[in-house]
Amino acid sequence: MHQTQAVEHETEAAAPARRLGRAIVLTSGKGGVGKTTTTANLGTALASRGVKVVLVDADVGLRNLDILLGLESRVKHHLLDVLEERATLDDALVPSKHGDTLYLLAAAQSREKDDVETEKMKALIETLRERFDYVLIDCPAGIELGFKNAVAGADEAIVVCTPEVSAVRDVDRVVGLLGNRFRPQLVINRLRPALVRKGKMLSVEDVNAILRLPLLGVIADEPDIIVTTNRGEPLALRRENPTGAAYHAIAARVAGEDVPAPMPPLSKPSFMERVSSFLGGKRA
Amino acid sequence: MIEFLRRLFGQSGSSATAKERLRLVLMTDHLELAPEMIEKLKADLVDVISRHVEVDRDRIEVNFERQDTALALLANIPIISVNRPNGNGRHGNGSNGGAPVEPVSETAPAGAVVEDAVAVEAPAPKKKAAADATPPVRKRRRRKKHAAASAAAAPTPT
Repeated sequence: MHQTQAVEHETEAAAPARRLGRAIVLTSGKGGVGKTTTTANLGTALASRGVKVVLVDADVGLRNLDILLGLESRVKHHLLDVLEERATLDDALVPSKHGDTLYLLAAAQSREKDDVETEKMKALIETLRERFDYVLIDCPAGIELGFKNAVAGADEAIVVCTPEVSAVRDVDRVVGLLGNRFRPQLVINRLRPALVRKGKMLSVEDVNAILRLPLLGVIADEPDIIVTTNRGEPLALRRENPTGAAYHAIAARVAGEDVPAPMPPLSKPSFMERVSSFLGGKRA
Repeated sequence: MIEFLRRLFGQSGSSATAKERLRLVLMTDHLELAPEMIEKLKADLVDVISRHVEVDRDRIEVNFERQDTALALLANIPIISVNRPNGNGRHGNGSNGGAPVEPVSETAPAGAVVEDAVAVEAPAPKKKAAADATPPVRKRRRRKKHAAASAAAAPTPT
């Protein structure tokens, strides 16, 4: 499971000279659905497969990916430093604490999204594709220039959606904006099986009956995510955790492996749940 | 059993509401984002109706309106004239294979000038329906005069 074998992962848009890595933008339209968490975990899981991964925080002005990876104290230069040639790419790439094939390119915190030039961003992603097998771009919320810049250099998209009306609506809009070029795939995040079971939350089927996108996987809303975020250690580092394992399954699917889309079990209600739903479950 | 108790206590899942709202909001979103589609729809609508009656192309209004559980298409199409029925009316308004149809013009007899509207409405559930009641598109026409096609409107299929 190391570099040599990993590099064999085929990328369709292969350049004749050297095989380019895949540039995947993670986007959602709506904020707070877990794009950054998904980027950090998917990146961690992919890197554990031995392939070279760089995570690009395109959320200029609201840098966060460094926090989720626990790298905030190591960031010395950022995306705009590179784009504006104040630092080299090598200066700005922060190696992860976990695994030697994962890197972060942090966003500028003191700048604005409009400061990024689309063409330069495109060129940078192209350069990264020459050096990495995967370039995961964490897109800012919204559909303005920040979105356009994040998407500019990508050739694939993963859309992150929570089972909520507003999130699904925004993803629908974003998918419309992306068009056919990015072949968007879907990650449903923050699903609460107990609520789905009780008919209080949109189910995976409900969401995808509307979005109709290839489903990469479903991530449950789990306290562990919060804990690992607090610590700056992505949950994907813990394969024994069901959610951590789900990220690994998603990574495998992204890499083209034929494994089933991870899905949190909608297990039967416990006795206590029945009692409480009987007594107090009137509010739907 | 659980289901029964739930119903008994009035707990119907809010996910059904979410689903319904989502469906409607996406329909309106998609319409909003596709003005050219609405123009095309308008043109097609007029073409079809023009096969039968002469309409005022400049005063057509097509709107989408959200009614409680459905999205309705409301079209207001002023009719300028209706041809005198010839023969036994009910047949022979040959559909001429989607080719653009000339609206009936000066040939209309003076007495037949009607100022009325053809209203085409989609699903509004409470409205009493005409013939085909299957959602999502139900058409109801006020003052539907099945004028047999004039020579100008469509070539007679004989």
